[in-house]
Amino acid sequence: MVETRGLSLPAARSWALPLRPVTALRVAIVVGVVVIWQAISASGWLYRDVVPSLLTIGRALYATLSDPIFYFHLGTTAYEIAIAMVIGGLSGLAVGLLLGGSRLLSRAYEAYLYYLGPCPKIIFFPVMIMWFGVGPGSKVAMGAISCFFPVALNIAGGMREIDKVLIRVGKSFRANTWQMVTKIYLPAMRHPVINGVRLGLGVALIGTLLAETKLSNRGIGFLVIQAYSIFNMPQMYALLIILFVIAIGANALIGRFGGLDDIKAS
Amino acid sequence: MIGSVAKHKYFPAALGIGSLFVFVALLELLIRVGMINRFIVPMPSDIVAAFPRVIVEEHVLQRFVLTAGEAFSASVLVTIVGVAGGVVLHRYNLLRLATETWVAAIAAAPLVLMYPLYLVIFGRSALTIVMMGFTAGIAPVILKTLEGLLATRRVLINVGKSFNLTPSQQFWKILFPAALPTIFVGLRLGLIFALINIVGVEFLINFGGLGQLINELAERYDLAGMYAAICFVILVSISVFLLTERLERWLRPVD
Repeated sequence: MVETRGLSLPAARSWALPLRPVTALRVAIVVGVVVIWQAISASGWLYRDVVPSLLTIGRALYATLSDPIFYFHLGTTAYEIAIAMVIGGLSGLAVGLLLGGSRLLSRAYEAYLYYLGPCPKIIFFPVMIMWFGVGPGSKVAMGAISCFFPVALNIAGGMREIDKVLIRVGKSFRANTWQMVTKIYLPAMRHPVINGVRLGLGVALIGTLLAETKLSNRGIGFLVIQAYSIFNMPQMYALLIILFVIAIGANALIGRFGGLDDIKAS
Repeated sequence: MIGSVAKHKYFPAALGIGSLFVFVALLELLIRVGMINRFIVPMPSDIVAAFPRVIVEEHVLQRFVLTAGEAFSASVLVTIVGVAGGVVLHRYNLLRLATETWVAAIAAAPLVLMYPLYLVIFGRSALTIVMMGFTAGIAPVILKTLEGLLATRRVLINVGKSFNLTPSQQFWKILFPAALPTIFVGLRLGLIFALINIVGVEFLINFGGLGQLINELAERYDLAGMYAAICFVILVSISVFLLTERLERWLRPVD
């Protein structure tokens, strides 16, 4: 048995791929998915163009990325999300600091945020249209509302985790409120802040884009629903791929630069 | 002074509820005196008065049952496929190493934006809504099932081995019961994600239960009714959240 192993090992090595087993499996899964996709696309089992060939999607991806109009819509969505992040993030930061800094306020109001947080925010869109109109204002408001809750809750929670010694150091130096916030609280809760921003960005993106799909004449959400309306499936797939790459990439980047990977590793 | 008041058992809760009532009363006053346009923000008293009308005329209970049915179907799918997925990834280590980051990436992706694609594939039907809920809820269940199984204490696994348990017995008697609290955390997340997306997609495609109701009332410009429907959806969401939270606490092992 041992001899067989000894004999077979070099033979196996000579046939082995120059890849680690994990990488080899990943490549195999990707190849398998591509083959199955192409087979379904060519089979005609589904309605025509529901599953377009990968070549067609690739062409649509190239056409979308080389179209200047796409960048206008991307810019509109990015602008709306950025404003939403500033409004929702800053108000979340302020409320989080207030709730985290006061036991009374936390016990009085935090439950409302905690239970409102998981509600589907898109149902507020008709209200936002009434308040801010059908233009970018209502989309920004949707993004800001979505972003507010995770930021506020993360910061309130993070503030309660701050080492009491650090707070006493700040007070012993007679730091005022602004100095306490900028020199003690925010640096000490870097990770909860970044985690809140990461979660906030994800939900702000969803809130803004969903609002664009419902009622808008610009933005990536509008492009997606327009592709649906004219049954341009390759373009819809291309837009969804671009969106997912942006969302997952932004999430990973904030996590990495914010040192969230270090927390997981420790 | 404030600290001693804060320590009082009921004062913070009373402050929270009191503030809410003051806010609502102030809103009513500002609308009545015309400082806030009542054609943009309806009076809270009108919203309260609209509740019985919306419940009876708009068939809220039937709509609630429809949304609950969609959420239940999505939850069953999420539970079966998600837990099975987590178990498979735990069983095959190489597969876990190759795909765990992909599942985590899917969890971070804005999957709800695929709803126009689902509309094309499944049609404008309850199936689209259920599949959207399923898609949104699957990733956390897989990840939490895997986390729970991986975190099973070594001593428990060794106890199973010392009793010469078969792999099947080892799973059902040791691994699964030990991982159940963590699996339930995932199921709770999955159910909440599914419910959020189900109501959201109902609203967006104007089909189904409670989400569609809000859209219809908004399109009819029935402001008080729309606000009442939004309050009803919030109450349902909070009730589901509280219920699942209670269940999670009940399942959590005592440290």
